Amino acid sequence: MEQVIANGFYLGAQYALIALGLTLIFALMNVLNFAHGQMYVLGGFISYTVYGQLGLPFVLALLASGVTLAVIGALMEKFLFRTVIKRSLREESTMLLAAATAFFFDAVILLIFGEKQRGVPKIVKGVFNDGGIIMPYDRMLVGVLALVFIAAFVLYMQYSRVGRAMRALAQDRVAAQLMGVKVDRYTMIGFAMGAMLAGIVGGLLVTITGVNSGIGGPISIKAFMMVMIGGAGVVGGAIAGGFILGMMESVGLTVLREYGDVTYLVIFAALMVFLSIRPNGLMGKPWG
Amino acid sequence: MINRRSTLKSMVLGAVSALAMAAAGMPSAEAQNKELKIGFVGVTSGPAAAWGTSNVRSMQTRAAWINETGGVKIGDATYNVNIVTFDDQKDPKRAIAGMEKMAQEGIHYVVGPNVDDGAAAVRPVAEANGIIYFPYAFPKALYQKPASNAVLGMIANYQSGPAIYKYLKENKGVKTIAFVAANESDPLSQRDGGVEAAKALGLKIVAQNDTYQNDTRDFTPVLTPIVALKPDLLVLSGVAPANAPLLIRAARELGFEGLISTETAQDAKVLEEGAGEYANGFISVGGASTPEIASDAMKEFVARYTKMFGEYNDESNTKVYALEYIIDTLKANPAAIDNVDEFKKTMDTFSAPNPYLKGDAKLSYVGTTSFGQKRQLAVPMVVNEYKDGAFQTLFVGTVD
Repeated sequence: MEQVIANGFYLGAQYALIALGLTLIFALMNVLNFAHGQMYVLGGFISYTVYGQLGLPFVLALLASGVTLAVIGALMEKFLFRTVIKRSLREESTMLLAAATAFFFDAVILLIFGEKQRGVPKIVKGVFNDGGIIMPYDRMLVGVLALVFIAAFVLYMQYSRVGRAMRALAQDRVAAQLMGVKVDRYTMIGFAMGAMLAGIVGGLLVTITGVNSGIGGPISIKAFMMVMIGGAGVVGGAIAGGFILGMMESVGLTVLREYGDVTYLVIFAALMVFLSIRPNGLMGKPWG
Repeated sequence: MINRRSTLKSMVLGAVSALAMAAAGMPSAEAQNKELKIGFVGVTSGPAAAWGTSNVRSMQTRAAWINETGGVKIGDATYNVNIVTFDDQKDPKRAIAGMEKMAQEGIHYVVGPNVDDGAAAVRPVAEANGIIYFPYAFPKALYQKPASNAVLGMIANYQSGPAIYKYLKENKGVKTIAFVAANESDPLSQRDGGVEAAKALGLKIVAQNDTYQNDTRDFTPVLTPIVALKPDLLVLSGVAPANAPLLIRAARELGFEGLISTETAQDAKVLEEGAGEYANGFISVGGASTPEIASDAMKEFVARYTKMFGEYNDESNTKVYALEYIIDTLKANPAAIDNVDEFKKTMDTFSAPNPYLKGDAKLSYVGTTSFGQKRQLAVPMVVNEYKDGAFQTLFVGTVD
């Protein structure tokens, strides 16, 4: 059972990091970024190229993934989402745009990086084994790094000037604007940060799970599930949603294994019941 | 002295000369040739894109090779081969649309689909429109009477599985076996076939209900309870090439010391990148490119494929064959070019040299034992063992 709990914590840490960027963009712009999974994939392929193919240090690869995705996110916000939000009163317009960018990224990634599963050399070799828990050292490192990134993100949002401005925007866009917050600027920074988080987690996890061009959609679906559990637009909710999903997956795959692949059936059924009782998730607010 | 002006002048003169030659009625060999359209309906996007992409690229490589060398002579006419492709995204509804598109284009020979439900879905369209298709799917009903238009393009798991398990039982002392499969029709049916074969051989099955979502990225939770059972052999039933290295790595990191095998084709580079030395000893079924058996033609095919697409895919060792069979069967009976009944008649007696294997191996249609009629390509059943970035031939089997 110790192994199952350890697996759940590890999965939870990586899931929480995946969900953070998605919930940040939703909080700031009320945009469901369907391309979040594709951004994760792109981050993974950039790390694969820099670290796996060019042989440069992994830290540099992670930096390249984060910076590239941040730039892409900023450009997407400025030239696509900002334009659509200003021209259209219907919220579906941004959803359709997000879906279109997801398909676009899928096609471009397939074209550039091909159809094969890709992986990189392990960043740390060896496996921790105390007789009860078995955990490869690279997973432990990635789990710790995920926790560090989550903590850094929370602290940044809480105490930095940019973070405070973004939180003000998320709470009340008009009031923030009246208080002198430059809405366009901080929205762009927020979108760039959300995309950067997707790139970093993609770059981080390529060392464990590799990457292939077709996994963007499934990653987005899992991220949406975590956000729904925790509450859309709430950072703490995304973290809680990630850990809950990770633990449910780990426990379900062990306890329910004799019944075939029913773990996700149970998770989805539980989610439906949960959302019918708490439609805003664990920490979400009715107004967003 | 060569300068920019003289270079430009030469280019302009060259272009004018070429146009003048074309205008003067000097047709190239290709321009005289007729067009032979061969279709492909399969998955070239999403998580399973590797299956269909290796199909399409094999066909395109071979077609370009044929066209470059003057086309293929069938009866009195010479044809250039044109591959018409359709991505069904692993969706049976789209597979039907793809097969309908092939029918509208007047195509009679189609490679694909890549999975069971797609192959079953296109059957009515293929039969109604006189199309012979070559699925990479294993349901026997597709190939048994009254069906007659589908031809299995590879070795089925119920053919390779028993041979692999028997070999491992006799040579590696395997006594216990565990199965894990993705929760999709192909892997589940392959798992069920594997379980039957293992039972028939007297192996003790310690796990057979464990499944996973095909888009799983971390298999540690899936494999933790199976590894605890310590089977001698872990079978990854119908595993997609993208998932194989992740499963192998997770099992080894959890301390699994037994053998790992699958009945599907895999790619050595993907295994090397995704699992590294953990993949050593992994057993899979391949085609014809291991050095021990590959002919010069196979080596040239690999070189051309690599030049055309940047990187070879080892799954193409099997997928190179379908187009070869179609063309050689049409050469054997030119009346089949637009008449699939003629094609079916020829299948019963067809035999031609296998260009991709050393020695005097033959291309022929098989499947009598499994399907009661010849509705399968005689692709060599090469059971490979992965070792340090390459496949080594473990043994070669045949299907009748």
